[in-house]
Amino acid sequence: MKRDYLQQILAAQVQKRPIAVATRLADGAQSICDGATCAGEVELSADQLAEAHKLLVAGRSAALATSKGEIFLRSYTPPAKMVVIGAVHIAQYLVPMAALAGFEVIVIDPRQAFATAARFPGVTLITEWPGPALKKVGLDDRTAVVTLTHDPKLDDPALVAALQSPVFYIGALGSTRTHAKRIERLREHGLAELAPRIHAPVGLDLGGRAAAEIAVSVLAQVIQERYRR
Amino acid sequence: MAEAALDVLAQVRQWQEAGKGVALATVVNTWGSSPCAAGSHLAVNADSAFVGSVSGGCIEGAVVTEALEVIADGKPRQLEYGVTDEMAWSIGLACGGKVQIYVERVE
Repeated sequence: MKRDYLQQILAAQVQKRPIAVATRLADGAQSICDGATCAGEVELSADQLAEAHKLLVAGRSAALATSKGEIFLRSYTPPAKMVVIGAVHIAQYLVPMAALAGFEVIVIDPRQAFATAARFPGVTLITEWPGPALKKVGLDDRTAVVTLTHDPKLDDPALVAALQSPVFYIGALGSTRTHAKRIERLREHGLAELAPRIHAPVGLDLGGRAAAEIAVSVLAQVIQERYRR
Repeated sequence: MAEAALDVLAQVRQWQEAGKGVALATVVNTWGSSPCAAGSHLAVNADSAFVGSVSGGCIEGAVVTEALEVIADGKPRQLEYGVTDEMAWSIGLACGGKVQIYVERVE
């Protein structure tokens, strides 16, 4: 691999842009594929370009059979996002675990006593109300939203925004009874119909009660939903 | 897929900046129950240090040996490991799968 390609892959990662390298396995010739075009030593036919683009968009890597032998397309996709509402105790466990699992993690909490860099080192912290903060973050289909505050003032606006977006996961901490009340409040926003999208009580039922154990169950459920589609 | 592979590439760049020769191994095809998906990377430097994984640990040793030769001569190689391999008893995949791996020098 050329040093220049390595630099381009790492730069694309910083810019959160998908990119791929196509390698002809027989002789090592390579091209770099950025968007719908590939440039370099490997010439791809229109069909192969379309196939490469499809793999890149899906974030998949695979070998393409061609008349000149196999071409391996290695896609590099930006990380999925996890947005955590509430810089609370459970978040202190969930955030580093999710980062290890490859997520870009963002913590939102307007309470500045909670959302401190000392409690969440190396993480993007937004000390604003969830409504405006989530607009800034952007909610797409590669994003998971987890509310952990227990406080309707903070959780509800985040859930309202998440339910009206294509995020792949929504989870809300709280008991079954808390969730029933939550659905009633969402009804006032005309969103009760969408409430089944919310995982509540949050996380897989692993039986643990400690903060770290709940964090594992939430992260496990997020990963499960990510690959369900 | 969570991109642990990008951590591998970041390490490759560090090694390069330190002036070390580096080879990159990539899983390009899998059959059966091999643990690492296509695209998984293992990077090796000229001191035999390595990061990443192409099999979860079964064949890394053999791949590192090949990678050192790739660093030395610059010629990319295609490798195959699996239970049908004649070397199955020494470095085959315990899981019963088969993997095809491409090893190239990072120029």
